[in-house]
Amino acid sequence: MSILPPPPERIDHLVEGMTLLDPSAEDGLLVVLPHPDDESFSSGGTMALASDAGVPVTYLCGTYGDMGRRMGSPFFATRESMRDVRERELAEACEILGARYELLGMRDRMVEFEDRREVAGRVREVIERLAPSTVITFYPGHAVHPDHDAMGLATKLAVEGLTKRKPQLLGVAVGDRQQLRALLGPPHVAVDIRSVRQRKLDALRAHRSQTEMMFLRWAKQLEEDEQTKAFRQEMLTVERFYRLNGVVGPSG
Amino acid sequence: MGPIDLAQVQAELDARHDRDLYLHLETTTGSYTALGPEKLPPVIAFVRNATVRFDRAMVTGEGPYRVGLKLHGGWVYAQGLTDYTVNERGELLLAGHDAEGNLRVALQLSERPFRE
Repeated sequence: MSILPPPPERIDHLVEGMTLLDPSAEDGLLVVLPHPDDESFSSGGTMALASDAGVPVTYLCGTYGDMGRRMGSPFFATRESMRDVRERELAEACEILGARYELLGMRDRMVEFEDRREVAGRVREVIERLAPSTVITFYPGHAVHPDHDAMGLATKLAVEGLTKRKPQLLGVAVGDRQQLRALLGPPHVAVDIRSVRQRKLDALRAHRSQTEMMFLRWAKQLEEDEQTKAFRQEMLTVERFYRLNGVVGPSG
Repeated sequence: MGPIDLAQVQAELDARHDRDLYLHLETTTGSYTALGPEKLPPVIAFVRNATVRFDRAMVTGEGPYRVGLKLHGGWVYAQGLTDYTVNERGELLLAGHDAEGNLRVALQLSERPFRE
């Protein structure tokens, strides 16, 4: 099996009970996540489908990802070169996905310790300036990494504080699928990304310092149990989100 | 960045003794250990841009290596260091990597603050 498996012919079982979202019908897509590469993993296909249809797509990235543990495999970055390395990787991935990017410039891992209202205010300014019809962020409290949860919460607060038109707010949940479904039910919205799976893969590859090891493993078929294979196939087939508008989550 | 040479690293440490320096000290398991097979919670700690001044410094071990800095009234210690470089800003960067290239520990010294 190559790194890019053939897409499944049917996806019914992956999107059961979910509303299919057509990114090409959006008026503007804004993705707000904390690290370079979060966008490609969670929403790369959705971003490519939107930009291909002429929809303006922006990635608002909270940090430089400069406290990452992965340095390339074999390593080629240092703690001090990481910031520039990851911004270059981000620029390349966004070009592949047809998106522009802006950075909030926070230190990696420290998002939850910043003033929450100030971060929300900065996100709100960007939403007001770009007026997207949909905003994608992490599902606060269900995103594993503290930066993910904090960025998701700040974005939720930003949208709730809008006085004019509120965009649709979609949340990415991270972690064990069964556990998430037990807690949250199935995701509400799904995007069929089969037609752009190569682009998503290329964008992931552009984040070389972070994904090189994953691609090496895939190529060598190391640690590939059935669950890992299924996860990879799903990641290149559908992107699924929870609607966060009106969700009562962690308090602001 | 390349494998630690004990004599060269010792010389770089000695060249920095008895001066005010900025320290970056870090150890990390990565943030996703809870998703691994053993479901362990992540353990991460770092100090960035604390100022230190040391009387004595030593790098030792047979690889991975250990570094100890004897401060005026305290210590700095790191174990598991494998690689080092002096970058274009003159910063001494020591790091410990696992077999896949992931950073596990870092000890860095600079005369100017590290980028915030």
